[in-house]
Amino acid sequence: MTDTFMGYRRENGKVGVRNLIAVIPSVFCSAKVAERIAYQVPGTVPFRHPVGCSQVGEDLEITAKTLIQIGKNPNFAGVVVVGLGCERFSPYELADGIAPTKKMLETVVIQEEGDSLQAIQQGTKLAREMQQKASFQQREEVPISELMIGLNCGGSDMTSGLFANPALGIASDKVVEQGGSSILSELTELLGTEHILARRAMSDSVANEICEVIQKMENRLLQQTKNSSNKNRNHLISKGNYDGGLSSVVEKSLGSMKKSGNAPFSGVIRYGEEPKVKGLHLLDSPGHDGEVTTGQVAAGAQIVVFPTGRGTPTGFPGIPVLKVTGNPKTYTKMKENIDINAGKILTGESTMEEMGEEIYQEILQVASGKTVKAEILGHDEQFCITRVP
Amino acid sequence: MEQETTAGEKNSLVIDARDNVGIALTDLKVGDMCLVSIGNKVVQVELRDDVAFGHKFALKTFAKDESVYKYGEEIGKTTSSVPIGSWIHTHNMYCDRGLKE
Repeated sequence: MTDTFMGYRRENGKVGVRNLIAVIPSVFCSAKVAERIAYQVPGTVPFRHPVGCSQVGEDLEITAKTLIQIGKNPNFAGVVVVGLGCERFSPYELADGIAPTKKMLETVVIQEEGDSLQAIQQGTKLAREMQQKASFQQREEVPISELMIGLNCGGSDMTSGLFANPALGIASDKVVEQGGSSILSELTELLGTEHILARRAMSDSVANEICEVIQKMENRLLQQTKNSSNKNRNHLISKGNYDGGLSSVVEKSLGSMKKSGNAPFSGVIRYGEEPKVKGLHLLDSPGHDGEVTTGQVAAGAQIVVFPTGRGTPTGFPGIPVLKVTGNPKTYTKMKENIDINAGKILTGESTMEEMGEEIYQEILQVASGKTVKAEILGHDEQFCITRVP
Repeated sequence: MEQETTAGEKNSLVIDARDNVGIALTDLKVGDMCLVSIGNKVVQVELRDDVAFGHKFALKTFAKDESVYKYGEEIGKTTSSVPIGSWIHTHNMYCDRGLKE
């Protein structure tokens, strides 16, 4: 018997932990119409983004795949696609990509409706109908093997690597041990850990892939720092990381990887794609909080667990982002933003094992419907699709 | 890489027996004594600098370009000789990863 949670079983068998309608623009030009539609209908979430046109090649392909995958995420019972009409990434291609999930799906195109007001009106009617149908769906008991969690830390200080990340690693191992899935990422902040991560790969080919994607990311950093016109832009970690006691990217990396516990790596996921098997994966994304969690949600993560030492309030549209800090002072200061105080390890009120269990139990409750602080306060800043130079 | 990180009342901590830096668990001042366990050994270090919460101090005297170990792994090298008890940070430690070929 594994642990269970109460989730929403979708038409394609996947399970959501939320029951919302996504309003997704295919291009930045239709972002405001999408927002206005979502504003009119509670239970819907808009996905504002700045891409979808004037892009070529792999960059446009990653935008296309990611927007499709966001629509497929099982936290969304239905999707309203909103297009302009002349963009490179067609709204119909976006809808066709989501269609195999058999979830509720409609497309509104501004240039076909007439103008933005008519598109808002049409989109609002469609979203309203979907929301009503979704409202009748019930949660059911499902095994934790249906759960995929994204791991991302932001605003790190040394307490992240020492307390919050290892405690989260214990929780992540519990999910993976029972057949669930977990995703580590932030490759720009895994430099110096590749030999450790590769040892945990399930096969030689996965080990090679881990080393290869981290090497590629390092080459990209080398290119960017070498060509920089302003040498002050060449810091690989932030001012707050330095202030918090981290002196190098490798020091940050060694703490960062602890989020993934000790489980073996089943595979590497390309950005905008989903894993082929369950278990722990490494997602190929730079360390930007939003780019990471967007890639994780695109891969199918229904929850993100987010350690933060310095303290950050950000969240993701339609996806609970559970905040954990290892810094007791940050918890006291940012109680309205942070869900779990892993700083109790530092103050001696809790052991590492107990804290791992506390995070794990909170993940199960959030999966069953308990809201996290970022959701309640409306934080949705993290949706941000990575770009390829 | 296994570690006992229930910190309790201690003012500082060494994560791994291979490490040559300690971590301040509170804001420490020059002259403060730090008693840390490194594997089975207990070592006492007197701080030569103020070391803020979360920052590192030298458990030995480093020569220039010597490796700094934390979590049992190299996190960078010293830019100068660094006496035992000194604060170790970006002013006396560097790391080339992602920056230079």
